[in-house]
Amino acid sequence: MKRKGRAAAGAVTSPLIRKPIQRWFAVFLLPTFLCFCIGFLWPFIQGIFLSFHKFTTVSNTSFVGINNYLKAFKDEGFMHAFGFTALVAVTSLILINVLAFAVAFALTKQIRGSNLFRGVFFVPNLIGGIVLGYIWKTLINSVLPVSMSIQAEYGFWGLIVVLCWQQVGYMMIIYIAGLQAVPEDMLEAARIDGASGWKTLWHIILPNVMPSITICTFLSLTNGFKLYDQNLVLTNGAPMRRGIGMTEMLALNIANNFTTANQRGVAQAKAVLFFILVTALALIQLRLTRSKEVQQ
Amino acid sequence: MRKFVALLLALAMTLTIVSIASADETGKVYYLNFKPEADQAWQDLAAEYTKQTGVEVKVLTAASGTYSDTLTSEMEKKDAAPTLFQIGNAEGVATWGDYALALDGTDLINEMTTADFNLKNANGETVAVGYCYEAYGIITNKALLEKAGYTVADITNFESLKKVADDIHARAAELGFDAFTSAGLDGSSSWRFSGHLTNMPLFYEFRDDGITEQPATVKGTYLNAYKNIWDLYITDSAADPAKLSTYTGDAAQEEFATGKAVFFQNGTWTYADLSAAIDPANLTMLPIYCGVEGEENAALCAGTENCWAVNSKASEADQKATLDFLKWVVTSDEGTKMMAEQFGPIPFKNAKEPENVFFKDANEMLAAGKYVVTWAFNYTPDVDNWRAGIVSALEQYSAGSADWSELEYAFVDGWAKCYEATH
Repeated sequence: MKRKGRAAAGAVTSPLIRKPIQRWFAVFLLPTFLCFCIGFLWPFIQGIFLSFHKFTTVSNTSFVGINNYLKAFKDEGFMHAFGFTALVAVTSLILINVLAFAVAFALTKQIRGSNLFRGVFFVPNLIGGIVLGYIWKTLINSVLPVSMSIQAEYGFWGLIVVLCWQQVGYMMIIYIAGLQAVPEDMLEAARIDGASGWKTLWHIILPNVMPSITICTFLSLTNGFKLYDQNLVLTNGAPMRRGIGMTEMLALNIANNFTTANQRGVAQAKAVLFFILVTALALIQLRLTRSKEVQQ
Repeated sequence: MRKFVALLLALAMTLTIVSIASADETGKVYYLNFKPEADQAWQDLAAEYTKQTGVEVKVLTAASGTYSDTLTSEMEKKDAAPTLFQIGNAEGVATWGDYALALDGTDLINEMTTADFNLKNANGETVAVGYCYEAYGIITNKALLEKAGYTVADITNFESLKKVADDIHARAAELGFDAFTSAGLDGSSSWRFSGHLTNMPLFYEFRDDGITEQPATVKGTYLNAYKNIWDLYITDSAADPAKLSTYTGDAAQEEFATGKAVFFQNGTWTYADLSAAIDPANLTMLPIYCGVEGEENAALCAGTENCWAVNSKASEADQKATLDFLKWVVTSDEGTKMMAEQFGPIPFKNAKEPENVFFKDANEMLAAGKYVVTWAFNYTPDVDNWRAGIVSALEQYSAGSADWSELEYAFVDGWAKCYEATH
C-alpha cells in the first residue's frame, strides 16, 4: 500500500504529468467553477443586492437603502423566531449527539444483529422531511389531549422528537466510524493499566472520536437552525399569540414573509441576516471543537 | 453567383424583418390561467380563437396553489411574459398593480353589467375585471330538515337558525344526523371560516362606516355576531371542538353528501359534487345568519376572486390582442358558452344562463329585494398572515386554551399589523 501511494505521489510531481495539468487545468476546473457561479455565487450576490431593494420581480427593483434591515429588526415575529430557533437548535444538538453516541457505542460492542440495528436506526434519515413530518404530526396529535398547533410546548417537543428520530441514525453512522478508528493498542493499554469503563470512555475514546464530534455537532447545529419542512408540516408556526407564531422558526418566518405583498425585500434582508448568523455560529462551533481534537 | 447569394441573403433578411414586424402588429396573447379545473376549456377556446382569427393564444395553467410563484417567475421573462393574468383581491393589486393596465373605457368594460366585482388601484383606475362571481352561504339539505320537522321557511334569522340547529343536535342520536358538518380548521377547510365567515363582521362594519376601499384599521364592531355563528357551528356538530385542526374540507363535504348533517357552510362551486350525491331538488343555500339587526333581508354572500388584469409592460400590440381576445370571450357564442359551463353566471351582457340551483337561489333572493352581502374580505391586507392568525385563534378558543380576546386581537390588531407591513 505504502509503496503504491508513494509512487502515485511521485507521478503527480513528475513533469510529464504536471505540465499538461498546469496547461489544461482550466478545462477541468472551469465547468465546475461555472456551475458554482451560476448556482451559488451569482444568486448570493443578487440576494444581497435585492436585500437593499423593494421588488416584486427581480428585474424591476427600486433602491430603499437599509430600510429592509430596519424593518426586519423591528419585526417581533422575526425576533421571536430567532429565540425559538436557537432553543430548538441547542436542545436538538445535545439530544441528537448524546443519543447518537450512545447508540453507536452500544452497536460497536459485539452484540447480535448489530448490523440490523444500524440499518433500522439509519432508515428514518432516508425519508423526506414533509412526509415524515406529516406522519409524525398525525401520530403525535392523536395521543395528545390537544393538538400541537394549540399548545406551543407540544409543538416544541414534537419538533425535537422528529428531529432526533430523523438525525440520530445519521450521526450514529459517523460516530460508529469514529469509534472503530480508535486505536486498539490504546484501548488494550488502558485495559492492562486497569482503567475503568468510564475512564476509558472519558480519556481514551472521547478524545479519539473528537473529529466525529466536530462534524456531528456542526451538522446538527446547522440542521437545527435551517430547519424548514418539518416546522412547516408539524405546526406551521401555530399557535399564534398576539400575532406572533409561537413555534415559527427562522426559515419559515422568512418564507412566510416573502409571500406577503411588498415584503419581499424585507424577507431577503432577513435571509441575509440568517446566512450571517448560521455561518458565524458554525465557524465558532468548528473552532471550539477542533481545538479539542487530538492527533493520532 | 456571389451577387445572387447576396441578393438571396438580403431578401431573406428583409423577409425576416417583415415577418417580425407583422408579428408585432397583430400581437399575441399569453394567458396565465388560475383555475386548473378550467385548463382544458381554456385550451380549447384558445385554439378556436386562433382558428378563427389567426391570432396566437397561449394558455398556461399554474398548478393548484402555486399561482403567485408561477406568475412571479413568468413575469421575469421580458419578451414572453403573460399578457393576461389574474389578480384576486386588494392585496393582489398592491403586489401586481405596477403590472396592471388601467382598463377604464375599453370594450371589455363596456360589455359588463356591473362594476361591483372589479378591482381598482389607489388612483381609482380599474385594473382588474371581475369576470365571474360566486356565492356562498349555508348549504342546506331540505329532505333532512323536513325529517327533523322543519322547513326552510322556519329559518329567517340567527335566532330561528339556532333554535332549529340546537334541536337537531339534541336529537342527533335519534335522527341519525347532526345539525352542522365539522367546522374543520385543517388548511383545506379553514378558509371557510377565516376567509368566508369573517366576511360577515367585515361586511356589516364596512356598511355602517361607508368604507369603499381598503381600510388601514378595522374595529371589529360585529365580532359578537361572528362569535354567535362560530359557537353554533362547533356546538351543534358531531366534531370534537378540541381537535378541529384534524378535520379536512373533504371530510365536511362528505358528511354533508352522505346525509350526516343538515347544514354545510360553503359555496356555489361545490354544486357539481353535491348534486351528484344529493337530489338537486333537496339542495338549497341559506344566507349566513349571525345575529345582526335586519339580517332577515340578507341574501347570499356574492363576489369573486377571479379578476383579469392585462400586463401593462407588454407591447401595445400584445395588449390590444389581449383585449380583443377577452372581448371575444365574453361576447361570442363559443366564449360565453364556455364561461357559463366553467364559471357559472358572468357579469357580461351576453352571458348565458347556468344550471346551478345555488345561483337560482341567489337570483331569487335578489329578485325579492334582499341585499347582497358583498365580499368585504377582498380588502384583507396580507391575506395569508391575517387568516393564519384567525385560524390559530379559532383553534385555541374552540379547544378552550385561549379566550375570545385572542380572536379579537387577531381580527383587529392583526389587521392593522398586516396593513402596516404591506404599505
